[in-house]
Amino acid sequence: MKLTKLAIAAGVTGVCVAGAAHAATLDDVKARGQLRCGINTGIPGFAFTDQQGNWQGFDVALCKAVGAAIFGEPKVEYVSLTGKTRFTALASGEVDMLSRNTTWTYSRDTDLKLDFAGVNYYDGQGFIVPKALGVTSAMELDGATVCIQTGTTTELNLADFFRANDMSYEPVPIETETEAKEKFLANACDVYTTDASGLAATRSSYPNPKDYVILPEIISKEPLGPAVRHGDNDWGDIVRWTLNALIVAEEKGVTAENVKDMASAPGDDPEVNRLLGTEGEYGSMMGLDKDWAVNAIAATGNYGEIFDAYLGPDTDIGLERGLNALYTDGGILYSPPFR
Amino acid sequence: MTVAASTETPAFRIEMLWRDERYRSGFIQAITMMILMLAVAWLVNNAVENLAALGKTFDFGFLWQPANYDINQRLIDYTSRSTNARAALVGILNTLLIAVMGCVTATVIGILAGVARLSKNWLVAKLMTLYVETFRNIPVLIWILLTAAIVNTALPAPATYRGLETGPVVVTNRGIYIPTPNFGDGSLVLLIIFALSVAAILMVRAWANRRQEATGEQTPMLWIGLGLLVVPSLIGYILLGAPITLTYPELKGFNFQGGIQLRDSLIALWVALSLYTGAFIAEIVRAGILSVSHGQSEAAYALGLRPNRAMNLVILPQALRVIVPPLISQFLNLTKNSSLAIAVGYMDATGTLGGITLNQTGREMECILLLMGFYLIVSLLISAVMNLYNERVRLVER
Amino acid sequence: MSDLHAETVPYVARTRFEPQPPPVASSGVLGWMTQNLFSSISNTIVTVLAIALILYMLPGMLEWAVFHSVWNASSIKECRDIITASFGEGATGACWAVIHERFGQFIYGYYPVSLRWRPDVAFLLLVVAMVPVLFRTMRPLAYAMGGLLAIKLLIALYDVMTGAKVEVLTGPTTVLAVIAGILALVVGGEKQRPYWIWFTLIYPVIAYFLLWGGLVLQPVDSSKFGGFLLTAVIGVTGIAGSLPLGILLALGRRSMLPIVRTVCVIFIEFIRGVPLITLLFVASTLLNYFLPPGTNFNIVLRVLIMVTLFASAYMAEVIRGGLAALPKGQYEAADALGLGYWQSMRLIILPQALKISIPGIVNTFIGLFKDTTLVSIIALQDPLGLMKPILANSTWNGIVWELYIFIAFMFFVCCFAMSRYSMFLEQRLRAADRR
Repeated sequence: MKLTKLAIAAGVTGVCVAGAAHAATLDDVKARGQLRCGINTGIPGFAFTDQQGNWQGFDVALCKAVGAAIFGEPKVEYVSLTGKTRFTALASGEVDMLSRNTTWTYSRDTDLKLDFAGVNYYDGQGFIVPKALGVTSAMELDGATVCIQTGTTTELNLADFFRANDMSYEPVPIETETEAKEKFLANACDVYTTDASGLAATRSSYPNPKDYVILPEIISKEPLGPAVRHGDNDWGDIVRWTLNALIVAEEKGVTAENVKDMASAPGDDPEVNRLLGTEGEYGSMMGLDKDWAVNAIAATGNYGEIFDAYLGPDTDIGLERGLNALYTDGGILYSPPFR
Repeated sequence: MTVAASTETPAFRIEMLWRDERYRSGFIQAITMMILMLAVAWLVNNAVENLAALGKTFDFGFLWQPANYDINQRLIDYTSRSTNARAALVGILNTLLIAVMGCVTATVIGILAGVARLSKNWLVAKLMTLYVETFRNIPVLIWILLTAAIVNTALPAPATYRGLETGPVVVTNRGIYIPTPNFGDGSLVLLIIFALSVAAILMVRAWANRRQEATGEQTPMLWIGLGLLVVPSLIGYILLGAPITLTYPELKGFNFQGGIQLRDSLIALWVALSLYTGAFIAEIVRAGILSVSHGQSEAAYALGLRPNRAMNLVILPQALRVIVPPLISQFLNLTKNSSLAIAVGYMDATGTLGGITLNQTGREMECILLLMGFYLIVSLLISAVMNLYNERVRLVER
Repeated sequence: MSDLHAETVPYVARTRFEPQPPPVASSGVLGWMTQNLFSSISNTIVTVLAIALILYMLPGMLEWAVFHSVWNASSIKECRDIITASFGEGATGACWAVIHERFGQFIYGYYPVSLRWRPDVAFLLLVVAMVPVLFRTMRPLAYAMGGLLAIKLLIALYDVMTGAKVEVLTGPTTVLAVIAGILALVVGGEKQRPYWIWFTLIYPVIAYFLLWGGLVLQPVDSSKFGGFLLTAVIGVTGIAGSLPLGILLALGRRSMLPIVRTVCVIFIEFIRGVPLITLLFVASTLLNYFLPPGTNFNIVLRVLIMVTLFASAYMAEVIRGGLAALPKGQYEAADALGLGYWQSMRLIILPQALKISIPGIVNTFIGLFKDTTLVSIIALQDPLGLMKPILANSTWNGIVWELYIFIAFMFFVCCFAMSRYSMFLEQRLRAADRR
C-alpha cells in the first residue's frame, strides 16, 4: 500500500520534476521564475521575519542579491532548513543555494559534495559567561556546564578544545537558540558557546547585556559562506561572483543609492565599469544580463551596507567589522579582481 | 478475453483467473506479490541511482569511527573518542531509561488521577478533570518545551547554594542530586540479609494464603512484611558497623559533585511524558472501573467483603482486563514520544544516532534505518507482551 | 406513668402539614458542600489541600497573564518599559503584544496577505463539507454560519467604534456564510443529506485550488504555508487521505489471502512501531533518494505523504476494531444473500463498521492534529516553527511563555471541541444501539 501510494504520489507530482544534480541550475531557476534559497530557521541578525512576515537578515540579503542578479529584482523563495536537513535539501535540488551560517570545512566540501562559493562572514567559536562567575579565560572553565547548539561544527570544536586542554565539562546540547538562551539566562548552564557573531547577537537580546562577558578565546575558525551543489560550476560561479560583486562594490564605494547613477555611464575606474556592465560583456559570460551586478547591489546594497543594516554597531547586535573588514581596512575580506 | 481456446470441455480461460473462486485468490496474491516486488525494486533502484549520482555509498563503516562529540548523560563509559556505535548505544540506553521511568510514573499518576476523577469530592473530581483535559488536548511537544522552561527558570541555579549548607538531596535547575551509596566491607553480607528477608516475606505470604484458604483467618501481612523487611537489615547494618555510607553532593567549582545527578533535561522530559501519558491512562483506568457493572461490587458487599477487599478481589481483576491492553499501547506511545527528547537536549537514540551522528557523518540513510529498526524492535517486544497478557486473561467464549 | 398517660390528649393530626424545606445541612449551598466537599475527615483534608493549591497558584498566574499584561507594544523592550512604568520596578507581566502583532502570521504563515481570503473560504467550505458527515441534518451548519456572522458583526461594530475600516464584513466569506446558512436552513433536511455529501466528496479538489491556486487563481507555493493553516492542511489531508487507505489496509488485514494479509500487517506494524519523528526525518532527508533521479517535490508535499501513511496505519486499526465489533451474523447474512466480497463490504459491513468507528476516527484525528507540531523539528513553519524566526527578530527576542501559552491555548480549544464531539457521538451511537 505504501509503495503504490508513493508511486501515485510520484506520478501526480511528476509535474514538479525539477533540477537534479546534473541539470543546469540557472535554467531551472529561470524557468521557475524564482530562486530557492535555503536559510536558517531563525538566528538574530542573520535570518528573521519582520512584522509582515518577510524574511530579513545578513544571510537572507545574499539570497536577495543572487535573486536580483538573475531576475533583475529579488525573486526569492525562502526555505528554512535545520542543521540536519540543509545538506540533503541542497543535494536533492530542493534549494538552489544555501545561505545559512554554514562553515566551510574539508569534509563538507569533499564528502558531502558541497561547493562553497566563498566566505561571507569570517567567524570563530567563542564563549559567553555571566560576569558574576568571575571567569576571564576559557582555560578556567574546567568542570563547567556548557550549552551548545546541535547540528553544527560547534560540538566537535568544543570536544576537541576541552580534550586538548585536559579539562572536563558537561555538554548540554540544545536544538534551537531559543531554548539555549533560556537555559543560559536561568543559569542552567555556566557557559554558552557558539560562533562569536551569534554570541554578540544573542547577548544583545538579554535583559541585562552588560552582565555577560564574551571570553577572549576564539577556539576555532568558522568561515561561513554560501554553498551550492557539487557539479554545476556555472551556477557556483553566479553565487560566487555575486558575493564578490558585493564586496568589490564596497571597496569601490558603489552603494545601493548611487549604483544606478554610476551604471548610467562609464566612469573613470575600469573595474567599476566592468562590474556595472558599462564596459565589456561580463554578464553574458555567466549567462546573466549586463547589469546583473547593478541589480544585485541595488537590491541589497554593498557588503558594508548589508553588514551595517543587520549586524553593525547601529543595530541591536552591535558587531564590529573585525576580520570582516575589507583588506584595505585591516580585515581579510578580499574579492578577486573583476577582469 | 483475447486468446482462450474454446473447446467443448470447460477448459481454462483467462477470465477464470478473476471470475473463478478456485483461481481468484491465488491470482490476486500473485498480482499483489508482483506489484510489491516491482515497487520495491523500483525504490531500491532509485536509491542506488541517486546515491551513485551524489557519489555516496551505503555502508555502515562510519559506526566504527570516532564520534568526536561528548554526551552528558551516559549509563556506560563513553568519551568523545569512542565510536559512533558506542554513542548510539549510549543513546539507546538513555531512551530505555526514560521509557521505563516514564511508564512507571505515568501508571502511578494515571491510576491516582483516574480514581480521583471518580471521587465523591467534587473539587478533587473537577481538578482531576481539568488536569486530564488540559494534558490530553495540548500537544506533547509543547508540554515538553514548557516543562523544560519551568524546570530551568523556576528551580534555583547551583550558584545560589554557594556558602550554604546543603542536605543529602539538592534541587537545582541543572538537575536533582541525590547521594551516592558507597559499598564498604560487609555490604555484601547486608545485601544477602536483605535478599533473605524478601524471600522470607514471600514464604510467609504463601503460608498466610494457605492458612486463609484452610481456616478463613487472615494474617496481618502488612505489619509482618514490614517487620521482616526492616528489622534484620537494620540489625545487620548496626552490627556490621554501617558498611554502606552515602556521599552527599557538594558544590565544587561550577557544579555539584559526588552525587547522582538526575539531569534537568531528563527531569523535564520525564515529568512531561509522565503527566501527558498519565492523563491518558487516567481515562483508561476510569473507563475500566466504570466498565465493571455495579452488580459486581454490590454482590461483593453482599458477601461481606470490606471495600478495599472488594476492590482487590472483585472489581480490579475484572477492570484490569479492560485496562491493560490500552495501557500497554500507552506505554508504547510514551516510548515513541520519548524521541522528542531532542527538543530539550536529552541525548536519547534520536539525539545521538539520528541527531549528531547523522549530522556529522552525513549518513542519513544508514542512521535513520538503524533508528527505525531500534524503535521497531522495542515496539514489537512491547506488543508481544501485550498479546501474551491478552491470551492469558481472555474470557473464554463460545 | 399511667396517670401521666391519662392526662395526655390523644394526638391526631387533622390538617395536612405544610412541606418543610430540608434541613440546612443537606440542602442548598451548605448541603451541597457537606455532601460533595466535606463528607468525611479525609475528604475535608483533601478539599482544604486542593483549595490551598488553587489559592497558591491562581493569583500569581492571573497577575502575570491578565493584570500586568500588555496588549499594545511594538517590541519587548517597550513591553518591559510599560510594565515597569505602571507596576513598578521588578514587576513582571505577559507581553501579549507579540501575538497581537504576529497574529496573521500564526494563522496563515507566509501566505500572501492579499490572498488570505482563500484559506478563509477553504476553511468555511470545510465546515460545510464536514457537517453532513458529522451530523444528521444540516441544522448545525446554519447555527455555525449564524455564529460566524454574529462574530463578524461584533468585530465590525468594534471597528466602527475605533474608527477603523469595516473590512471584516466585505470579504467573500460573509457572502458564502450567508448563502451556506440559508441553504442549510432551506434544503438541509435529512433527505437532502446525500447531495451535501456530494459536495463533501468534491471538496478536496476545491480546497486544493483555493489553497495552492491554479486555473484562474494565482498560484501559491506550499513553502508559504505556515501557522495554523499548515497544521490544518496537514491534519485534514492526513485524515482524509488515510481514510480510504485505512479501510483498504483494515480489509487487507482481515483478508483470507495470506500474502495480502502479511503485507498489510507488516505495513501497519512497521508504521505503528516507529515514532512519527523518524518518519518525518525520512520525509525531510530520505524520500528524495527513493524517487527517480531528478524528481523533487516540496517538503510540505513530502510531509503530507508521510503523515497520510502514518495516519492510515492508525486508521486501519480503528476500522479493524469496527469490523471486529460487528456481530458475526452480519457477515453470514451477507454471504447468505449471495453477495460477493466487495458487494457485501460496500452494502452491509462497511457502513456499519464505519459508523461504529467514527469516535475512534475523531480520536485519531485529534492525535494527528496534535502531532503536526512535530513538523517544526524538521523546520516547517507550523506555529511552533514560526516562533524561531519571530524570536530571532531583535524586537521580540526574549519572549517565551506568551507564545507557548498562546499556541497551547489554540490547540486546546480545537482538540477539546473535537473530543467533546467524539463523546457526543459515542452517546448518540449508544442511544441508537439501545433503541
